[in-house]
Amino acid sequence: MEPLTRIERQARPESMLLNMGPSHPAMHGTLRIMLELDGEKILNAECEIGYLHRGFEKTCENKTWFNLLIYTDRLNYVSPLINNLGYVMTVEKMMGLAVPERAQLIRVLMSELSRVSDHLTCLAAMAMESGAFTVFLYMMKAREYLWDVIEFTTGARMTTSYIRIGGVRADLHPEWRGSLATAIKETRKVLKDVSGLLDQNSIFLGRTRGVGVISREDALSYGWTGPCLRSTGIPYDVRKAHPYLVYDRLLFEVPVGEAGDNYDRYSVRMREMEQSLRLLEQVAALIPDAAPLPAGPVIEPAEAIRRSRRTRTAERIRLSPNLEGSEKDRLAGLTAAAPLASVPAKEDTYTTMEGLISHFLFFMRGKGIRPPKGDAYFSVEGGNGEVGFYIVSDGSDRPYRLHLRAPCFHIVSALEQLIRGRLLADVIPTFGSMNMIGGELDR
Amino acid sequence: MSGFDLLTTRLESALGWGRKFSLFHYPFITACCGMEYMSTACAHFDIDRFGAGLTRFSPRQADLLLVVGTITHKLAPVLKTVYDQMLEPKWVIAFGACSVSGGIYQNYAVVQGIDRIIPVDVYIPGCPPRPEMVLDGLLKLQDKIQHQKQDWRWARKT
Amino acid sequence: MGPENLIDAIRSSLGEAVLDVADSFGDAVLVIRADAVRPALAALREAPFDYALLLDLTCVDFAAAEGRFELVYHLYSLSRNVRLRIKASVPAGDPAAATLVGLWKNAEWLEREVYDMFGVRFEGHPDLRRLLTYEGFEGHPLRKSYPWRLEQPRIPLKDDV
Repeated sequence: MEPLTRIERQARPESMLLNMGPSHPAMHGTLRIMLELDGEKILNAECEIGYLHRGFEKTCENKTWFNLLIYTDRLNYVSPLINNLGYVMTVEKMMGLAVPERAQLIRVLMSELSRVSDHLTCLAAMAMESGAFTVFLYMMKAREYLWDVIEFTTGARMTTSYIRIGGVRADLHPEWRGSLATAIKETRKVLKDVSGLLDQNSIFLGRTRGVGVISREDALSYGWTGPCLRSTGIPYDVRKAHPYLVYDRLLFEVPVGEAGDNYDRYSVRMREMEQSLRLLEQVAALIPDAAPLPAGPVIEPAEAIRRSRRTRTAERIRLSPNLEGSEKDRLAGLTAAAPLASVPAKEDTYTTMEGLISHFLFFMRGKGIRPPKGDAYFSVEGGNGEVGFYIVSDGSDRPYRLHLRAPCFHIVSALEQLIRGRLLADVIPTFGSMNMIGGELDR
Repeated sequence: MSGFDLLTTRLESALGWGRKFSLFHYPFITACCGMEYMSTACAHFDIDRFGAGLTRFSPRQADLLLVVGTITHKLAPVLKTVYDQMLEPKWVIAFGACSVSGGIYQNYAVVQGIDRIIPVDVYIPGCPPRPEMVLDGLLKLQDKIQHQKQDWRWARKT
Repeated sequence: MGPENLIDAIRSSLGEAVLDVADSFGDAVLVIRADAVRPALAALREAPFDYALLLDLTCVDFAAAEGRFELVYHLYSLSRNVRLRIKASVPAGDPAAATLVGLWKNAEWLEREVYDMFGVRFEGHPDLRRLLTYEGFEGHPLRKSYPWRLEQPRIPLKDDV
């Protein structure tokens, strides 16, 4: 049979071909690395990706602008809110929407929570695959506290679809300050413990110092961004270079490394988590407490609908718990004022004719959000680097083309170079430090 | 009930008890559900309490195939190979909406449910399922294993 | 140089390769001739423009309406902190363009992805194969002519579930 892969065609007769993946504990999902080995030394390597290619871009051409938000969650699934944010900010750029300040602060809060979760998961997996299982358990514990904060507000731990075009879906949970403070405290404790376990651990250092080294020129040539680029010494962070939301008002540093090896990528992520926790505290201080809902009688929804057949109800309607935070009085501060930019308030939808019509106009195919014709690119700083969305709109109710600029696509394209010439065991920490996320890599 | 039947039902109970509390699982992880799998396996929700904590990354050593995440057509032959390499008795849990039915993806790239490729014992819906749901699915599988009947025809004297 | 001066400087440097200069929702866009893509981007990578990062390379299918595929390149200059979008159209009948392999290292995978999804051939690419779909997959999925739900299974699937 004709050898199909490049490595088979180029292999020397006396070397051994070893296949790692696609179903492999250290392959972070699904990546296939084919290695040509001479003993333990890697002579040649080839990566095969695409095992999680789920047709995201083609699907987005067939879904309305609002509906495809759920697919963006599943791109970089360890920091899903940041993908939501990238997409909605690109659409808002095209539509020229102004997002209220409170929604922007909440978006920053959610972004930083996602960023810390992303780094925790990356380092936990990298450490576990290098043998440090305790670090994995500690970091997963910290991640649970962060996910609790997200869950109380958005309703879901991971794939939330919370950040919507025009703002956010609902207000923060009433007890958010307490759960956020607990999460920050627990995460700081975990970071301190993990630092103590790994920073000067000779085994960890032996596996990561001087391993997987990339030069600055190569990193730029490969299009690296994010913590992996910053580990080589280049301080490019989209939050500082092209500030979006309220990042220009917040104080934080951008940690950089020097050598561009695995240890620097680990260390940059650890320090970035500390900076993210600092950002969380600042944002928490900036968000004012939500004004209490207006006092007065509260009626049940069924009663309100019955009454609305005759008159407009002036009383407040008690919404069900899953709609907590998206009451009509709150929504003005959480979504842009443009008509048909976001889901109308439920009270209006069920009790007034105009509300019902605007609800239909928002959701029906052929109607709804319509950005003007043209194309736009917007990027946010994701856990891996610059997450960019390039959207081409033809003025209809669905995108003409939606492309994700996936940061780990460029990072993983350098894997073959980083492991060539090294030992087999070096593949694991090198690949772990790159934080390959299949949903983002393969789209 | 004859003495033979009494013996076989007791043996089946014992086998079921032994098998259900010592499941070695092979997490065939692809996508987002992997994050909830990690949560389930770790300290907060702890799958090890149910005896299923030890992960075996070789299909030869595992008896429970946890298919976590979306299976694409590119990955389907790999899944079939891994399933075929497992030894009897083996069980399969479809973890997450994508492996149950293709989930939110219905396009050129995604297999609409792994039961088109391999037989499935327990389906855990969710996108992703909460760890409590995963544990509930595991308990249902344990129930199923406890009540599995063996084939005693070889031992009956006709 | 301010942003307008930068675009003017680029335009005068690239000469008649530039077909159009536009501003799309605040993004600077240059439309250039398809056969001038490689020399133009090579010039942009060097001083004084310094677009060191090839952020993205993708394609948009305008085959049905306008008979062309539009290749879109996003460049970023670290020293100036500006982005640039370059567009070049290739005819839909036989879409081919010059490769950027040799200028940027990530061009290899980016171009393989565009080939896989759209069928655009990149002349000079050392290893133009499918990247995200598999050997034996027929067609190019992101083309508008490819049906969204047309599955091509690799192994026989059971249909009666």
